[in-house]
Amino acid sequence: MKAKYMSPLTFSTILPDEGLKKAVSIKRSEILAEISASKIKGRGGAGFPTGTKWNLAAAAKDTTKFIVCNADEGEPGTFKDRIILMDHADLVFEGMTIAARAVGSKEGILYLRGEYTYLLSHLETILQKRRDNKLLGDAILGVEGFQFDIRIHMGSGAYICGEETALIESIEGNRGEPRNRPPYPVDTGLKRHPTVVNNVETFAWCACIIGNGAEWFLKHGTAVSTGLKLFSISGDVERPGVYEFPWGITVSEVLEKCGGRNAKAVQIGGASGYCIPRSQFDRKIAYEDISTGGSIIVFGPDRDMLKVAKNFLEFFVEESCGQCTPCRDGNPVILDGIERLEKGTCSITYLNELRALSETMQVASKCGLGQTSTNAFLSILEHFKDECMGRGRE
Amino acid sequence: MNTKTNHDRTCRAPKSVKGYSIKTSPDKTQIGGQVTVTINDHAIKVPLGTTILEASKSLGINIPTLCNHDDLCVAGVCRICVVEVEGQRNLQAACAFPVTSPIKVRTHSRRVRHARRHILDLMLAKHYGECYSCTRNGNCELQNLAEEYGVDFYRFGHLKEPRYTVDNSSYAVVRDMDKCILCRRCIRTCIDMQEVGVLGAINRGDKTKIATFLDKPLAEVICINCGQCINRCPTAALKAKDPTDEVWAAIDDPTKHVVIQTAPSPRAAIAECFGVEPGTALTFEMNTALKRCGFNKVFDTNFTADLTIIEEGTELILRLYKALVKKDPGVAETIPQFTSCSPGWVKFIEHFYPEFLPHVSSAKSPQQMFGALIKTYYAQQNNLDPANIVSVALMPCSAKKFECNRPEMISSGYKDVDYGLTTRELAKMIKEAGVDLLKMEKSDFDDPFGSATGSGVIFGATGGVMESALRCVIELVTGKKVENLFDHAEITPVRGFEGSRIAELTIGDVGPVPDLLKHLVPDWNWLRGVTLKLGVCHGTANAKKVLEDIRNGGPFSQCQFIEFMACPGGCLGGGGQPIPTTPEIRAARARAIYAEDRRSTIRKSHENPAILSLYKEFLTDGPCGKVSHKLLHTHYVARGKYILA
Ligand SMILES: Cc1cc2nc3c(=O)[nH]c(=O)nc-3n(C[C@H](O)[C@H](O)[C@H](O)COP(=O)(O)O)c2cc1C
Ligand code: SF4
Ligand code: SF4
Ligand code: SF4
Ligand code: SF4
Ligand code: FES
Repeated sequence: MKAKYMSPLTFSTILPDEGLKKAVSIKRSEILAEISASKIKGRGGAGFPTGTKWNLAAAAKDTTKFIVCNADEGEPGTFKDRIILMDHADLVFEGMTIAARAVGSKEGILYLRGEYTYLLSHLETILQKRRDNKLLGDAILGVEGFQFDIRIHMGSGAYICGEETALIESIEGNRGEPRNRPPYPVDTGLKRHPTVVNNVETFAWCACIIGNGAEWFLKHGTAVSTGLKLFSISGDVERPGVYEFPWGITVSEVLEKCGGRNAKAVQIGGASGYCIPRSQFDRKIAYEDISTGGSIIVFGPDRDMLKVAKNFLEFFVEESCGQCTPCRDGNPVILDGIERLEKGTCSITYLNELRALSETMQVASKCGLGQTSTNAFLSILEHFKDECMGRGRE
Repeated sequence: MNTKTNHDRTCRAPKSVKGYSIKTSPDKTQIGGQVTVTINDHAIKVPLGTTILEASKSLGINIPTLCNHDDLCVAGVCRICVVEVEGQRNLQAACAFPVTSPIKVRTHSRRVRHARRHILDLMLAKHYGECYSCTRNGNCELQNLAEEYGVDFYRFGHLKEPRYTVDNSSYAVVRDMDKCILCRRCIRTCIDMQEVGVLGAINRGDKTKIATFLDKPLAEVICINCGQCINRCPTAALKAKDPTDEVWAAIDDPTKHVVIQTAPSPRAAIAECFGVEPGTALTFEMNTALKRCGFNKVFDTNFTADLTIIEEGTELILRLYKALVKKDPGVAETIPQFTSCSPGWVKFIEHFYPEFLPHVSSAKSPQQMFGALIKTYYAQQNNLDPANIVSVALMPCSAKKFECNRPEMISSGYKDVDYGLTTRELAKMIKEAGVDLLKMEKSDFDDPFGSATGSGVIFGATGGVMESALRCVIELVTGKKVENLFDHAEITPVRGFEGSRIAELTIGDVGPVPDLLKHLVPDWNWLRGVTLKLGVCHGTANAKKVLEDIRNGGPFSQCQFIEFMACPGGCLGGGGQPIPTTPEIRAARARAIYAEDRRSTIRKSHENPAILSLYKEFLTDGPCGKVSHKLLHTHYVARGKYILA
């Protein structure tokens, strides 16, 4: 894909290794306090406060801890992590190194999406440079006892391996299947040791936060959703690509910027997100309103919304790890229901059964995949009911 | 014991589900804190880390489960056990949720019941088959839950065509994946409990299925036929290969003389199939029932259990004599001697540790010894044409079905044992014959093998073979009554349920060599003051630890004799026993077995008069002699792990 960033990225203006130098000059608790003060939330989708995560890992009593960077980027319509790794990988590695300093870890792993293998040599080169420059390895920046290195682990193309516990299973050499939680990775993660898993973008921002201070970060975004965020915009727009916006921007403002003014619907948060109709384009993109890991897919006036829903469901039927009943067996039933809707053979009663089933899947599935796989279907059904019903009987 | 292994060469299966086992130690009070959990408005204090499921149980609240099993680590995949935890947006799996803070739980709210019903609806939508044509009809966890949760129609449809073909290739285990609900108990059983690793999940999404290596038929992979996966499968997706039709046909054929030998464990468990509490032995009632079903003779496998003790014990004495007195280094290398009566264990060592095969006693299992004797000794004595004898074995075991089909098991000139029946299959035959087992009067086993000893009975429990062998060896060597050394001749150090254990026994003074063995050893002086080290181990995961320990020169390498059983708890936990199985149920069966041992008057194999007359009349050149070698001993196949076919 030709996608590039369409607005200047803050990352480009950040001085190299400013954050890391600062991090070695202050106490570990001060690093943690700064990240907490910035109120940054994870950029991978779930939006868990990064400060809390690092604090928990720092408090865990274990001599072995891991820092894992989640670069599996499998959510349909997301490609911002690829851009970051291509142009700002140093920031990501710096963020991981700062995390290592903060929680006391010696080993970092970048879990790279299988389809991004072409980035591997580029990333290895950067890692080697960082080792040569004493930014990785023993005695980082000359600080005695500050030892940390990063290796790259290749994923092999399963969407579910982006889920942090499935990712850990995958690194351990097992089938990529989510674990039961609790215990959480910060407590029992890779090889049963405390493990911090963060998104590529999260680490990059953390490096900036330590470099420029939490105050700087708090200037952007809303009170709850602080800072800037990278968005991958695709679909029926004039200028698809990666954009940087502050949290809190409205959907229509986004559409304005990317040339999608006549959109009829926008899917926010990728396949697992929600579909918003025109009437709701004034809603804010923020954790407190509609949140996203970065994916925004725009649908023009000619799109068949039931096809859109079908497309997403086909994705989940395929990508479910197959472990738990609601997700493994529920998604095909929903997909079958959509096909019935297409043919006009789905009764209202059965449609209500499917709605109820979707709710069960949301609350009873083992991991985020099954818990969110019906979001798109339910929201399309809600907002585009006329389009979904009464088909096939002309 | 020594757990240090250099490189665990045998672990071919990923320890996939071990990673997130949250089962806490049984003695939870040792761990520390207590925490209050409120379930459906009832508060209870539980040790930190107790699951919601366990906490509910102690309050008498039943939460349904399908993937959870008391013998296995947590999976949390079926989701039938979901409950509401206050403050959590989503429902939580009760089997997988450890209580670490004071939480409030609702186990049967409307939301929960709806979710459970949906989960059942989804499972049934992909379930092919009808209960009335199913082996697990009446004993199926899925069926029970469908009833409990009021399933009265198929909300999301029901399969009309099978999706898979039934895998009938194995002599022991049949796989019918159209009835599989993907609870993965079988995987956890085979990988974590047995450490064999035949089964795994392949594919993703709705194409996920349980498969063998390269999806080969079960007969072509390294399955040891232990049937432990059958015992833990909640449905009929895994079942034993059922020969009852053939057995009925033989019974109905007037030209056939149909005999059945019954192993010790089924009698301690068959009552469970008739709704009786575990731990009730129905030995003599079962004898009557078998006759009413139409079997011509009912024999007690304990007879050949005694014979196995004599043969295997003699073999051990010979090995020790050759190693210690004759200083034969070749023989010394084959010590410790391993028992050979568990066919699952035999196939395990053939696949995983073929280099250890010389350690395995050449003595056949009691089932196969009996088979060989029935079509020779018994046929001659009763003027029967062995061609017309149909020999059936009632076993607690699925691997026995494989064993009787091993090509070398034809020492009588015929197939020594025609059919292996499991406890479950016999229970069905008894029901089909209209026989009320619980109301049967008692009757004894048939001659000429009638009288059996307690020693034979305890073969069914882990440590039993060892204890029987010891009772024998102690008396034969010291000339003293074992009762004088151990209360009631109960050698308790070898009893118990730990996975593997070592008992030591020092031989004091020795007596004269008894007649039976005179031609083999001149005296016992070489055993005076010797301390025997005896190992006991059950479950193949433990067997693996013991073998690795021997390889690394650990304590088990110092043993002279080690008892191995493939199944956890020994035969009483075998793959042919009634379902369900739990540690408590197995303990109850063990109690029934030891109680029967206490009741029997003659408690030592070498004092069994039927055994003595067998050696006098038939096996005239004594234990481990020529005749005995032809009929009662066997050899093994170094199979290895790589199946080329
Ligand atoms: C099905 C599924 C797929 C996911 N895929 C990704 C992914 O590709 N990249 C990512 O960073 N997080 C992904 N996540 C979220 C991770 O589980 C985890 O929350 C995240 O890596 C934590 O990092 P953060 O706090 O920095 O966002 C996924 C979650 C689910 C449930
Ligand atoms: S919700 Fe889906 S992806 Fe997640 S564990 Fe269950 S089956 Fe696997
Ligand atoms: S496995 Fe259970 S639910 Fe399925 S057909 Fe058999 S008895 Fe019925
Ligand atoms: S019979 Fe035993 S070895 Fe074979 S698949 Fe089942 S558990 Fe594994
Ligand atoms: S075969 Fe039985 S035990 Fe194995 S996953 Fe299927 S239902 Fe569960
Ligand atoms: S019994 Fe808890 S998830 Fe299956």
